[in-house]
Amino acid sequence: MIKFLAKKFFGLFPTLIGVSILSFVLIRLAPGDPVMLMLGERGADPVVYEQMKKNLGLDKPLFIQYAIFIKNISMGDLGKSIVSRRTVKEEFFDRFPATFELGFVALLIAIIFGIPLGIIAAIKKNGPIDLMVMGVSLAGYSMPIFWWGLILILIFSVTLGITPVAGRLSIMYDIDPITGLMLIDTWLSGEGLEAFIDAVKHLMLPAIAMGTIPLAIIARMTRSAMLEVLSEDYMRTAKAKGISPKKIIYVHGLRNALIPVVTVIGLMFGSIMTGAILTETIFSWPGIGKWMVSAVAARDYPVIQSGILIIAFMIIMINMLVDLVYAVINPKMRGQ
Amino acid sequence: MSNATSKLSAPPSPLIEFWYHFKSHLGGLIGLVIITFFLFLGLFAEVIAPYDPAQIFPGKATLPPFFAQGGSMEFILGTDDVGRDILSRLIFGGRISIVYSFLVVLLSGTIGTSLGLIAGYYGGAVDRMTMRLVDIMMSLPSILLAIVVASILGPGLLNTVIAVSIVSIPHFIRLIRAQTMAEMKRPYVTASKTFGASSARQMFINILPNCMAPLIVQATIGFSNGILDIAALGFLGLGAKPPLSEWGTMLADARAYIESAPWMVTLPGICILLVVLGFNLLGDGLRDALDPRLKKS
Repeated sequence: MIKFLAKKFFGLFPTLIGVSILSFVLIRLAPGDPVMLMLGERGADPVVYEQMKKNLGLDKPLFIQYAIFIKNISMGDLGKSIVSRRTVKEEFFDRFPATFELGFVALLIAIIFGIPLGIIAAIKKNGPIDLMVMGVSLAGYSMPIFWWGLILILIFSVTLGITPVAGRLSIMYDIDPITGLMLIDTWLSGEGLEAFIDAVKHLMLPAIAMGTIPLAIIARMTRSAMLEVLSEDYMRTAKAKGISPKKIIYVHGLRNALIPVVTVIGLMFGSIMTGAILTETIFSWPGIGKWMVSAVAARDYPVIQSGILIIAFMIIMINMLVDLVYAVINPKMRGQ
Repeated sequence: MSNATSKLSAPPSPLIEFWYHFKSHLGGLIGLVIITFFLFLGLFAEVIAPYDPAQIFPGKATLPPFFAQGGSMEFILGTDDVGRDILSRLIFGGRISIVYSFLVVLLSGTIGTSLGLIAGYYGGAVDRMTMRLVDIMMSLPSILLAIVVASILGPGLLNTVIAVSIVSIPHFIRLIRAQTMAEMKRPYVTASKTFGASSARQMFINILPNCMAPLIVQATIGFSNGILDIAALGFLGLGAKPPLSEWGTMLADARAYIESAPWMVTLPGICILLVVLGFNLLGDGLRDALDPRLKKS
């Protein structure tokens, strides 16, 4: 087991180095000079321009810039945003809780609705309910979420007027970020129920938009895993022993069917990040996704290269964690 | 001996056999109908569309569709913010979506399949390098990578195609590599090797045709991903340039009019959803019909 762990862990480094080179090189291929962008219209003065370039370290050869980048990262320095002049670390930790909160609630919605829908569909296989669940799940799976977000705004904000269109909280509430999670901070700040409900209202639509595709995948996965388990011999044995159908499905069936479902949920982190990029842009949600999109638009080199690295790192770590959990549950996986 | 074989009826042609399996798959058939419908619209857009998609009708801006109050049959699905016919723009937009996602599938499929074949066939260091590259690309959200690549290349549909193709390549590599490695164990590969078949012949003439079934399925799914990603980039302002009626770009323009002209937001999205759904349904049907081993319950 320790050998397996060590192998997994050291196997990460080449991938991480690859990602760092990729992000570093890619963004430098982009047209548009960050120094010019920063100086704006006043950029005409060549002396100021050279000075600025030097300050940012952009006058050095590429591989030296890369070496500096890696050296700084290994010491925990992720660089400074060219636009805001704040450190990338600060900017990241400012925005991460927003994405975490959104992603967590989105995944929660997906699980709470996806698993029961999958179970019902499997039990009523080929019946009208099954067809409906599968139809809805297929539509959800095919959903362009940037459009789905707009439709949710159209229905709930424009037509019904229930929910706000953008942001995390109304301006009338002034809340210090303690945990960075609005659902918790509204309680901690003493603003009470009203502020909390306000935060929930802001969170609702983006979370639904972001949770739709995971929900569809989970429902489909639960259904097929459940169907497979239901056809196993031990299910027939359980039935023959006279165990009630409910107990067979929920105790014997669900528990075994959940293993592949949990794996799929664990590996969903990447698609959650994809969802975050589009959803946050539509709902002006101040998270990682919107941060990256605006950094690309502003050619904010340090933010993009470190941001990509952080996101890739998180995804790689979570995938490894899922692998590990899987190896603990199922020793057969360790050899592979 | 020869008498015995002549009594057996000839095996059905692969196409007929495929149709026999495919026609019992309801979802696949629905997908086929949807795709055929949009292909038809795209192919005969000039004839079917009532107007030129770029033609501006002065004084006729933001007219609602015919079924809404104030709408008329002159512009069946209404007009947009500058007075262009939405139906015509959607029909021409369908052509753009299908043609350019086809380019994505062609580009990423060709490169991905070749790399997958090479990695699976040669194994060793080549395989490790290729798979490392796949790991690197897959550890990033594909849309983020596509955004970065698209912003490097600048706006424009062809650049969007390149960006989306690059992020689609790893899926093809993975699939074809695994398939190639499985085929390598088959006797026919060893047999043709003893007859002196070159590596290129082994890969592209002997092994590749045996990977066709999963490749076709992956290509179909590649279409739906391609359409979604092209539209997403268009929506973020990194795709087609404004006068073109690409669906994602139309949505981006419509955002500002969500309150005053909701049909401008609703209609392009329904088209994207339908086509993507169609390709996904078709992919499911093809999977079940072409490869019983992959059949899902």
